[in-house]
Amino acid sequence: MANPSAVCNGHLHHHHHQKQNNLLKSGVCKKNGITKGMKKNGVSNGTLYKKTFIEHFEQAPMYVAVLTFVGFGVGTIFGYLRDFMRAWGLEKRNIAEEREQQKDFVPLYQDFENFYTRNLYMRIRDNWNRPICSVPGPQFDLMERVTDDYNWTFRFTGRTIKNVINMGSYNYLGFAETEPTALKTVTKELQKYGTGICSTRQEMGTLDKHVELEKLVAKFLGVDDAMVFGMGFATNSMNIPALVGKGCLILSDELNHTSLVLGARLSGATIRIFKHNNMQSLEKLLRDAIIYGQPRSRRAWRKIIILVEGIYSMEGSIVRLPEIVSLKKKYKAYLYLDEAHSIGAVGATGRGVVEYFGMSPDDVDVLMGTFTKSFGAAGGYIAGKKDLVDFLRTHSHSAVYATSMCPPVAEQIIRAMKCLMGLDGTTQGLQRVRQLGKNTRYFRRRLHEMGFIIYGNDDSPVVPLLLYMPGKIGAFARRMLEKNIGVVVVGFPATPITESRARFCVSAAHTREMLDTVLNALDELGDFLQLKYSRYSKSSHPELYEETRFELED
Amino acid sequence: MDFKSMKYYLYWLYCQFELITCSYLMEPWEKLLFYTFNITMLVMISYTAYLFIPVHISTAFQFFLHLLGNQHENAVSVVK
Repeated sequence: MANPSAVCNGHLHHHHHQKQNNLLKSGVCKKNGITKGMKKNGVSNGTLYKKTFIEHFEQAPMYVAVLTFVGFGVGTIFGYLRDFMRAWGLEKRNIAEEREQQKDFVPLYQDFENFYTRNLYMRIRDNWNRPICSVPGPQFDLMERVTDDYNWTFRFTGRTIKNVINMGSYNYLGFAETEPTALKTVTKELQKYGTGICSTRQEMGTLDKHVELEKLVAKFLGVDDAMVFGMGFATNSMNIPALVGKGCLILSDELNHTSLVLGARLSGATIRIFKHNNMQSLEKLLRDAIIYGQPRSRRAWRKIIILVEGIYSMEGSIVRLPEIVSLKKKYKAYLYLDEAHSIGAVGATGRGVVEYFGMSPDDVDVLMGTFTKSFGAAGGYIAGKKDLVDFLRTHSHSAVYATSMCPPVAEQIIRAMKCLMGLDGTTQGLQRVRQLGKNTRYFRRRLHEMGFIIYGNDDSPVVPLLLYMPGKIGAFARRMLEKNIGVVVVGFPATPITESRARFCVSAAHTREMLDTVLNALDELGDFLQLKYSRYSKSSHPELYEETRFELED
Repeated sequence: MDFKSMKYYLYWLYCQFELITCSYLMEPWEKLLFYTFNITMLVMISYTAYLFIPVHISTAFQFFLHLLGNQHENAVSVVK
């Protein structure tokens, strides 16, 4: 059987090569270091990366930043006005506030975050926490809700909005489905085991399903052993304290997820932050750590561990794994890789960033991932060498105190993984991975052509589209819902205050027609709301561009 | 988005103004306050401009004329 990765590698490389040529023709210059446009890596570390690594972090023109600040300025002034009216009793207070007896204490709600929540977030709050009432597949149903008092309270009208195209769920491989044939084994296990476990792993909560699942996960990733936990967030926050403690050093990326930050803080180790995906910053921190040691005693650190993620969900960027592994080998540190978004979504056969870069899983000390994103289930895993996993089985808080994963969910992961590995006798898994890759590349290419500013790596299925101005956040989400497309918009505090964005998650279950519907709606809305800020768009001659591409997709 | 009529274009401009200054998010009475303030400031500034700019321009023009006039006389005397 032909090696599937060879075809994919050749395909991708050719695609990047073409894009590079077109950009050079249109006179866009590449810069190394600080990026204003395209960033290409492969010149200085030519031997580490087997294919080109292109990431975009384009800066918007200056007038956009000025207008964003104008918008926030007006919002802040009106925020102060409203706070004044509330304080003087001219307006009813709907918000949380202290009791009369506590007015002389240190104030609780005066910091910027509470001010922002009261005055800016409340005005556009109807775009978040929308309840859905169907499976979050490529299309879903929303419950219609209206507000009578400007988003302070909501009520449901009783109607549902049907078949809204879903661009927000982390359903990368499309395993969130309700087809009876697909869920046959899951139904069987549900009838055999029921739903609850009622015990922790160490007492009576280890079923044969868990053992089977752990062996399968280890085989899938190509490591010695793995352990599964019932909750993805808890996998990070409860296991990092078991691995590091006081006297250890954690080097964590600037944009790491809250679960990693919480786990690092709970452990009691010293935490140092390096700039996002910036290897010079990481190397400087490593050198300082080894040269100067612990802060006062100057002793060597007991352990140095680097915390990174496979795909960062707010930026869409992929970690520079080959460089990090070479740094870790040089300075003898440990690497903890959180593949929550990248497992199943990148790589030729869906095995994550380790396969994407063509590296061996032995290079990474702790491989962590979740089953919520690509497998349509719940929970997380930690995989690595047998000693590591045996240690975690006895020393992790999650293993000792948390209830284990319930059997139908474990069976869903088993069937999804068997499908991905091809053990169920079909090529459906590989087809899904390929379809996701095609959808991702098509979606990103079209958005770039239209002239939007998109962040992230060309191969990541997470696509953040920059909106910048606070007024446009609400307008964008509401108008997309009117066109029957559900999107996730993100603002402060999940992103920097001036870089609010809409985040699309491409799925293998999206058909070409659905993506075209979304892209046409985005085109229209981009023109109406003036969102096409990119100065490097390639849309000068889209027909010519189409003809010179050699990709086999239609 | 097609500019089929002037009215649509003006409406689109108004939408852009609303989005940029966050007045899209405001309640009706806040919008009234904001627009009243803006229009008042605009009217005051344009009235001030209407009153004072012609006077300023004619003063500046006279100043430069005076400067050029003086220079011309000096040059003539040296050559001769």
